[in-house]
Amino acid sequence: MPHRTFIIFILPSLLSMFLLIAVPIFSAMTQSVFIAHKQVLQVSETCDPFGCKKETSVDAEATAELRVKEPLGIFNGFKTYTNRNHLAVAEIKTFWNVTTDWKDFFSRIMNLPFYKALVFTITYTFVVTPFVIILGFLIALGTNSLASSLKGITIFFSLLPMIVTPLIGSLILFWMIDADGIIGSTLQIIFEDNDLSLKASPTLTWIMLILYGIWHSTPFAFIVFYAGLQTVPQETLEASMLDGASLWQQKRHVVIPYLMPLIIFVTLIQLMDNFRVFEPIVGFNASANATSLSWIIYNDLRGEDALQLFGSASATSMLTIIGVGILLIPVMIKIWKEFNSKTV
Amino acid sequence: MLSKITLTTIFLFIIAQTTYAACGITSGSIRILANDFPAIHAILSAAEKCAGGGVTFTKNTTKEHRNLQVAGLTANPAEFTSAIVANGSIVPLLNDGLIRPLDDLVAKHGKGLKKHQLITINGKIMAIAFMANAQHLFYRKDILDQVNLEIPTTYEEVLSAAKAIRAKGIMEYPFALNTKKGWNLGEEFVNMYMGYDGQLFKPGTAIASINNVKGVAALKMLKSLTEYSNPDFLTFDSNATAAMWEAGKLSLATMWGSRGGAILDDKGSTSNITSNTGLSGAPTVAGGSTPATTLWWDGLTIAKNITDKDAEATFIAMMNGISTDVVKANNDKAVWLVEGFVPGKAAAGVSASATAGAPPYPMLPYAGLLHSALGSELAEFLQGNESAQQALADVEAAYNATAKEKGFL
Repeated sequence: MPHRTFIIFILPSLLSMFLLIAVPIFSAMTQSVFIAHKQVLQVSETCDPFGCKKETSVDAEATAELRVKEPLGIFNGFKTYTNRNHLAVAEIKTFWNVTTDWKDFFSRIMNLPFYKALVFTITYTFVVTPFVIILGFLIALGTNSLASSLKGITIFFSLLPMIVTPLIGSLILFWMIDADGIIGSTLQIIFEDNDLSLKASPTLTWIMLILYGIWHSTPFAFIVFYAGLQTVPQETLEASMLDGASLWQQKRHVVIPYLMPLIIFVTLIQLMDNFRVFEPIVGFNASANATSLSWIIYNDLRGEDALQLFGSASATSMLTIIGVGILLIPVMIKIWKEFNSKTV
Repeated sequence: MLSKITLTTIFLFIIAQTTYAACGITSGSIRILANDFPAIHAILSAAEKCAGGGVTFTKNTTKEHRNLQVAGLTANPAEFTSAIVANGSIVPLLNDGLIRPLDDLVAKHGKGLKKHQLITINGKIMAIAFMANAQHLFYRKDILDQVNLEIPTTYEEVLSAAKAIRAKGIMEYPFALNTKKGWNLGEEFVNMYMGYDGQLFKPGTAIASINNVKGVAALKMLKSLTEYSNPDFLTFDSNATAAMWEAGKLSLATMWGSRGGAILDDKGSTSNITSNTGLSGAPTVAGGSTPATTLWWDGLTIAKNITDKDAEATFIAMMNGISTDVVKANNDKAVWLVEGFVPGKAAAGVSASATAGAPPYPMLPYAGLLHSALGSELAEFLQGNESAQQALADVEAAYNATAKEKGFL
């Protein structure tokens, strides 16, 4: 392909990647290294229906003047990244110096919001991803061996969890697992424990969120693998059967290697998606027991009374991007190697 | 038959004419952003009657109003001509100078307003309050009778009543407050801390001062109370507690006064529960005299980045919205601050708390940041995973980081 044609061909996608990916990332990056101006405060008499008193307020005009001079705020370097609500570098140093054993050191680190969220995010990612791939593969195999009259309806029902909006799905389950809900009260009867509450215990909340994640994402893996299974060459399968391969050996040595590119694809997408776990935490009202990096960003952007923390949110976003990058490195290396081996 | 229709038409025409005349605006654009609850709907539908002729009227009533208001009023011309705010949500508008002083409009069109409705900062009227709200005690008379106890007036009495109710096997979890992690939990701490006469900040500065004896005591009291709440308490917001009350699952609860009307009406519950439900002032705590609650007001503001003509039209329409007639027609929907309000059963708790000297929620520019830090850092103590001192130290550390980012420290 001539270079000119190639450039014209790829220009629209380059342009949209630049506008929709590079520019927002650059903007978040910029925001994360600035903080707001010093607010000019004044003490004045404030009166409301309940009386008058001297109270501090912001001198809006003086603060606005500062803002006009330097619209971005004060340059803060990477201090937002290292502060207590993010990487907490100074705090960790102190913990290192004052603690005597590892257990105490780690329990103190787990008290910091960023690390607490990071641990849940990583646990969620590394438990949900393999389960989604294995279950999706098994369901695809099962559906593929069904009589063709049953296939359509099975596929439809297997896809349902993915069709339900995550927020709605988790909200419905949230009501079902309530102590008065069908799942919650059934569990109480089974375990003969009236205090059993899926919402109150951190461990049970984590298990619930992870189960929900598996339930929600498996259909995606299933439908990709099912599509892949339709293209598995029958000749190779028959040849392996003639060679006396057992059912397991056929799957292990023919089907799985054939589907490997799809498995890598699903792993890639799932790692990225699961690292950004967010909706179930909101839907299940689970933030007391489990938070994720995306949830922290959301919390900073919501603010109380519109005091949004754009710098903090941007810093967490950048750290999330770095996290996704680190997760994807092994998968990327594998893809790169395969790519090279094919071109050679 | 014909005459009836004619009469009705004439009658409707007269009504339309009088309201039109009462408004006295001929042109302008009125665009209102507000929270979403019955009292606000009553006000806005009255204000909407000013529309017609050259006057256009739009409203956006949403629970997300706080997240829209700054962006909506920063635009020039502003997206909304008026934002309905409360003590907390007026602060960002003041911080950025997005609302205009109302002195001349009040002088010209605000004759019916009472002095206590005017929110003044530095001598300038910045908002007009129309209703008050506070969290206070809801109780079930029939259940208190069963354990032979009076209506609790202190949180210590609430604890012993809850203990008695549990001991008698009436309810395992007789008590609740709005303890959902986040804003609600932060509000419960602020309320309880006020009961101990605590100071949220070192006077005159933005330095948080909650990690002290009073803070620890307030936190421990909250923990003792939540031990009588269902273990799911960290997911309880006002919708959840109100629903539990109406389902008869609570004997005592600290809830918002603005929920009173809906709880006492004949919808959503049985007559046995509603007829035995009483509202009383917020309890005091630890022998103090200040009710452990904060007072809130809801009021209207007028945007700065709009034409004076639109500002005047909006102000006049909103004055019609909060007129005495509207308040009389919607008496039980809120604790109105407007002339003509007759306090009913639903207003008892807020009135009693205000009379007993409950402090208003502070209109400080950095209060929201501390509230936010409280909401996210206190849950672990209530779950029993860390000490009260540690939880409060975490709050201050989280607050310091965000206050630096926002330029307050």
